[in-house]
Amino acid sequence: MSIISVNDLVVSFGSGSDFKQVVKNVAFDVEPGETFGLVGESGCGKSTVLGALAGRIKGWSGSISIDGEAVGPKRSRSQLAKQQMVFQDPFGSLHPRHTIGRTLLEPLEIHGFDQRQERVERVLRDVGLPPGFRHRFPHQLSGGQRQRVAIARALILNPGILLLDEPTSALDVSIQAEILNLLKDLRERDKLTYVLVSHDMAVIAHLCNRVAVMLDGQFVEVASREQLLRGSVQHPYTRTLLDGSRGYVPPPKLAS
Amino acid sequence: MATRYFNDLHNWLINEEFSSLRQARLHKAYVLWLNLIANPLALAGFLVVLALVLIATLAPLLANHDPILQDLTMALKPPSPINWFGTDEFGRDVYSRLVYGARTTLYISVLVTVIVAPIGFAIGATAGYLGGWVDVVLMRITDIFLSFPSLVLALAFSAALGPGIENAVIAIALTVWPPIARLARAETLTFRAADFVVAAELQGAGMGRILFRHIVPLCAPSIIIRLTLNMSSVILTAAGLGFLGLGAQPPMPEWGAMAASGRQYLLDAWWLTTVPGIAILLVSLAFNLLGDGLRDIMDPRNA
Amino acid sequence: MPEQSKPILSVKNMSVQFPTLSGVVTAVNNVSFDVGREKVGIIGESGSGKSTTGRAIMRLQPATAHVIADEMRFEDVDLLTASESEMRAIRGRRISMILQDPKYSLNPVMTVGEQIAETVILHERLGRRAARERTLAMLERVNIRDPQRVFNLYPHEVSGGMGQRIMISMMLISSPSLIIADEPTSALDVTVRQQVLSILDDLIRERNIGLIFISHDLNLVKSFCDRVIIMYAGRIVETIEASKLDQATHPYTCGLLEALPSLDRPRDRLETLKRQASWAEA
Repeated sequence: MSIISVNDLVVSFGSGSDFKQVVKNVAFDVEPGETFGLVGESGCGKSTVLGALAGRIKGWSGSISIDGEAVGPKRSRSQLAKQQMVFQDPFGSLHPRHTIGRTLLEPLEIHGFDQRQERVERVLRDVGLPPGFRHRFPHQLSGGQRQRVAIARALILNPGILLLDEPTSALDVSIQAEILNLLKDLRERDKLTYVLVSHDMAVIAHLCNRVAVMLDGQFVEVASREQLLRGSVQHPYTRTLLDGSRGYVPPPKLAS
Repeated sequence: MATRYFNDLHNWLINEEFSSLRQARLHKAYVLWLNLIANPLALAGFLVVLALVLIATLAPLLANHDPILQDLTMALKPPSPINWFGTDEFGRDVYSRLVYGARTTLYISVLVTVIVAPIGFAIGATAGYLGGWVDVVLMRITDIFLSFPSLVLALAFSAALGPGIENAVIAIALTVWPPIARLARAETLTFRAADFVVAAELQGAGMGRILFRHIVPLCAPSIIIRLTLNMSSVILTAAGLGFLGLGAQPPMPEWGAMAASGRQYLLDAWWLTTVPGIAILLVSLAFNLLGDGLRDIMDPRNA
Repeated sequence: MPEQSKPILSVKNMSVQFPTLSGVVTAVNNVSFDVGREKVGIIGESGSGKSTTGRAIMRLQPATAHVIADEMRFEDVDLLTASESEMRAIRGRRISMILQDPKYSLNPVMTVGEQIAETVILHERLGRRAARERTLAMLERVNIRDPQRVFNLYPHEVSGGMGQRIMISMMLISSPSLIIADEPTSALDVTVRQQVLSILDDLIRERNIGLIFISHDLNLVKSFCDRVIIMYAGRIVETIEASKLDQATHPYTCGLLEALPSLDRPRDRLETLKRQASWAEA
């Protein structure tokens, strides 16, 4: 059974002349343990789909069910804990005046977990940080370390699903590799399901089993990892994105 | 030996590899202090404010006369070795009244701050966080208060409430909270869409938790700066009310009232208005300089 | 042709230092390079000093920073001794800089056309009408279809790709001989990036000028530039032909290439960089 099932998802903002449909009738299923990618350019609606899944965006219609349970725009506390989000900007996603320990303790307080200190230490170890980091403030951490903390915060409630919004696009190449490896390890160990939003086809192909290519609020193609690597994609837009991730391609010179 | 100790202390405080939360806090305070002493104007402001606090607390030790005791034989004496700043029309020592007046000034400014900061924050942050009609209603109320000149509004309130220092405090507080609320709203709006606030919401944090645990620590510096800068206008308004007879009541020493009563003797006894006038000027200037300095040091937008 | 082979910019042993509370930080450490009529990429991770290098050449480093060098020569100008007014005449006219986000580089209360025309009026003392003609021609040159309309737009009314094309036209209108582009396409989508780069590429070739292309994107620099300078911890660790980047010898460059997920060479795990202290000392 699918762990995430989305049908006829429509998200719109504004009203009157400002009315804009950002996501138009999107449908997909994600199997447990799978990593599903959403790729596209800015404004295509990929982050909005993720926001609707997370419970961050409230104005949607259609149906979303998570872990077999249909959810609405407003989530209960236990529904929120089933999926957690990791944000793009490691500098903006941690409270600048809270220590790492406080950031990690907060969700445990909200959800009334016990053995809090042990859990904080364990989750820090899971993401490869020493327990002494609890006393530090975000500004004392590097971008990669902050992103590890953000992943730890997402993991501390033991969700089955991680929603990853461009988790490595603000990081240096070498740090990106570490975070991608960490995400792979965690996925295998904890049997996690990921939904990964990215604009980088190489990152998508590295981590995802399947990817939906979005253009103007719609899926133009859902391709498998093998298709991406073989280059056997259907839609010309998917091909453009694949070429783009290889670098600059000089346009064919016209006779002049 | 002592220099080595201070060097070690400096290094321990400047080191960012904290081993405890206490060290982290001390580090923050120490860095603030280093920045403060690097800014001479702010430091001057800080020293004057510190002097005000010291004078107010040590008033009984510093004053060499009873500030209330009248002695008509000694009325309107010019400054002399006995009465450093002269005497007023009832023969009271101006220096001693000035020293005790620091207490009144401090009392008013501290009380106004304590009342205004939480009210302004609560109203502004609620409006900013909830948005929609709550925002509209709360901000229109704020606008009504803002649309009156603050001294006029304070006058009206203290006239309605009756003279007296407590009523003056309430009247001034009523005119000071609206800018704080506006500031808190603006700050809340900038942070409410921040990823760390969204992350907390997605983990089930309620409004109270977000406002008090997440927004307060971020708004606090700018509110403190704003209040410090406002302090001079609070002191001036208090003096103005005192001057008009609506603030502190005789015989309580208050700088504004002292200046007011000296007005009639301005030509014969210049010290009666000049000395409390200079005190008001100095203290409000000091608060302004300190506020400006704090803004340079603490505002994250300058970092 | 000796004029052709002579470098436009020559930097020898340049260092940039910042005094901080806890001592002097050397952001750029003894770097030397030449830029001719070519596209030179500077690659590095954040904090490698690549942007500081670009700014130091323009003498746009923060006031607290110290720049020291044996030589910094741009054409006939000694950048080390040039006065601030000489630098103002050089900036924007003979060396131009394109930054990541055009939104922050454009004045929000002036139309984009006026801003470009302003550059011409300022640097070449042209009349308003002539400046407008030049601007429209330049906008057309960067493939803006309706230059008349775009001339009258305000910066917030244009998209990211359009904004960056406007920046390029503004930077190139005064015929500089060197362009420093600091992550010019990082904020752009893939399809728009291709267009912007191809315009930049054409202009550089056409005018036979030099480009310093500062970026963190290995694939992009490899495919766009002629030569690549790789920086690590404020030092240049390697300089190599872009086409030969895959044969790089320095362990840092190799490590970066290995760490990059690739469609052509899928791997189950990415190699992580094992940093060595010796790279920062070399």
